[in-house]
Amino acid sequence: MIRSLVYSITFHSIMILLTVLSLPFMLREPIDLPPIVSVELIQISDKTNIPFAPKARKIIEEKKKKEEERVVSEQAPPAAKAKEKPDRIPLPNEKEEEKKLIKKKQNPEEVKPEIRQSSEFEKKEIIDTNQIAALIDKAKEVESVKRKETNKITQSSKKNSFATGLSLSEEDALRAQIFGCWSVPLGLPYDENLLVRIKLKLKKDGTIMKSEILDHERMNRPGQKFYKVLAESALRAVRLCQPLKVPPTGYDKWKDLQLNFNPVEMLKG
Amino acid sequence: MKKLIYILFINILILSKSHALIEIDITRGNLDPLPIAVSPLHVDIKSEEHNDIKIKNLGEDISKIIEQNFKNTGLFNPLKRDAFVQKPDIAHLKPRFEDWRLIKAQALVTGKLLIKDGKLKVEFRLWDLAAAKEMTALAFTTTPSNWRRVAHIISDKIYERLTGEEGYFDTRIIYVSETGPKNQRIKKLAIMDQDGFNTKYLTLGNELVLTPRFNPTNQMVTYMSYFRNMPRVYLLDIETGTQEVVGNFPGMTFAPRFSPDGKKIIMSFAKDGNSDIYTMDLETRVVERITEHSSIDTSPSFSPDGKFIAFNSDRSGLQQIYVMRSDGSNVKRVTFGKGIYGTPVWSPRGDLIAFTKMHKGRFYIGVMRTDGSGERLLTENYYQEAPSWSPNGRVLVFYRETKAGDRGEGFSAKLWSIDITGYNERKLSTKTDASDPSWSSLLSK
Repeated sequence: MIRSLVYSITFHSIMILLTVLSLPFMLREPIDLPPIVSVELIQISDKTNIPFAPKARKIIEEKKKKEEERVVSEQAPPAAKAKEKPDRIPLPNEKEEEKKLIKKKQNPEEVKPEIRQSSEFEKKEIIDTNQIAALIDKAKEVESVKRKETNKITQSSKKNSFATGLSLSEEDALRAQIFGCWSVPLGLPYDENLLVRIKLKLKKDGTIMKSEILDHERMNRPGQKFYKVLAESALRAVRLCQPLKVPPTGYDKWKDLQLNFNPVEMLKG
Repeated sequence: MKKLIYILFINILILSKSHALIEIDITRGNLDPLPIAVSPLHVDIKSEEHNDIKIKNLGEDISKIIEQNFKNTGLFNPLKRDAFVQKPDIAHLKPRFEDWRLIKAQALVTGKLLIKDGKLKVEFRLWDLAAAKEMTALAFTTTPSNWRRVAHIISDKIYERLTGEEGYFDTRIIYVSETGPKNQRIKKLAIMDQDGFNTKYLTLGNELVLTPRFNPTNQMVTYMSYFRNMPRVYLLDIETGTQEVVGNFPGMTFAPRFSPDGKKIIMSFAKDGNSDIYTMDLETRVVERITEHSSIDTSPSFSPDGKFIAFNSDRSGLQQIYVMRSDGSNVKRVTFGKGIYGTPVWSPRGDLIAFTKMHKGRFYIGVMRTDGSGERLLTENYYQEAPSWSPNGRVLVFYRETKAGDRGEGFSAKLWSIDITGYNERKLSTKTDASDPSWSSLLSK
């Protein structure tokens, strides 16, 4: 009896000792964690806007440029068609403007925080920590309303990708795949606000587990034929593209994707 | 304990962070025409023979027309039949989607037909191959001789389902057919289906005919003809073939055109040596003067809502395009470019005006917004004019004269069409030389 009691006490004390040794904060002063609460992490791209190291930026810009060129050449209409009526050749001014625009996209410093209007459905589902600051700041909300009024396309994806950790090239690779699969319905009017947002849930191999159109009630509303056509074409593109070539790692980062299909720039030609 | 809570809190934050949604903007896509497979329609074995119609080939013939229509739009790419794996009858019941996806088709058209008791019954289905579901399905019953029209109606329904805008295949084009040498041209009114089939001549050719124009609401046509060297404006009912004279007008009369409700015609004629714009009520025959200006005002065209009129005038020197209210007030010049502008035609959608422009001896067909901004010249040539809109406002038909011989002797006039994007220019097949086309509204409407 006494023997077994001794055994029990010994083993228990060994266990307690092991626990004390393996759980550091029970023995030593814990490392002072609170100051690095990951608030920093959340806001790193938006708030601090830390620029790339000069060299890294150059490389990325070069890559981007190449990518842009490649995409453009892929999509140029057949030579016979693109024949040059005087008015289709962009004026030198316009060309310059285009270049500027690209630069803007590439420069993370110039990306401004913004919020989008989201559907009821989205509000329930998406918690975008990037937008908390914007939600508090009413000035930004006004800005977003203005944006909506002018129907300008927002380039929010770049900003998001920094925060969520998908690299530019990874994101561009995904984008380029969808570009190739999407047959844009060319009959759509260019002066209407047609933006189709599709939310995807991906499997690890890049196949699509679930795809849904946010705002999909709009498809069946009367007078929204063009929206319906665009939404269907976008869904087709996504389905045709699967399995998407996804990054080999970081499944958690890209398992949920939102694709915003906006053909306005293309249709304006 | 406090620290434990901190750690938990941090973990939760990191966790939620990793689930933040990545958004990717897709602002570009593939400009290639949509690959579509049109499976030949299955002919029901219970079908009976009917007159001259080769029932065996009918399914294939109808699908060929649909394919040709799609090809002509430039928006679709009908795939070659050799690659089709599934038989038409089985495909119509339930396509094996993976088979069709293999040949890179994105949409599939299947159908079947039956002729029984002198009636032709055609049904079709349109399938979305990526989503593996049916997009639309319809059936039509008609007399067998109407089989070409059925093919056009099916094309319209599919076009509408895939593009969101109305089709323009079940339509006709009226034009002036021209034969003979230039100084002794014989001009007849002719009408054909938009794909060039079923050409019929509506006048004999002993009088000069000009500027036929369709009523946008039905199958009536107004045109001008010279009778004993006096211009007359006629109304012609295509269905019944009846003609009537609307009136004799003095001097030079030009380009009568219907109002959007089809109740009036608008035209220009010269009274006391001055050309102005007038309307005439077709019921009461009351003529109303719209412009009163010492310049030459011609080529009026109503906006589809009937509130505005576009016309050309030389009141500022060179001929330019002007827009005014339908009562003649508030005249505004809308073109300021170099060259001469003429023949404005308001798009049925209401957003654009098509015109002919002449600059440095070349002719252009172009479109612009109704305030004159956003001018786009779609096509340029030695001589071309008279654009007319397809009923959905997407395509323009016009005529172009080209020198026929190498040395420039002789000439040939043909009808051409072009998309408002400036792409997809193509020549329409007509039996003779052709000029002054006008596109009808949808027949089945």
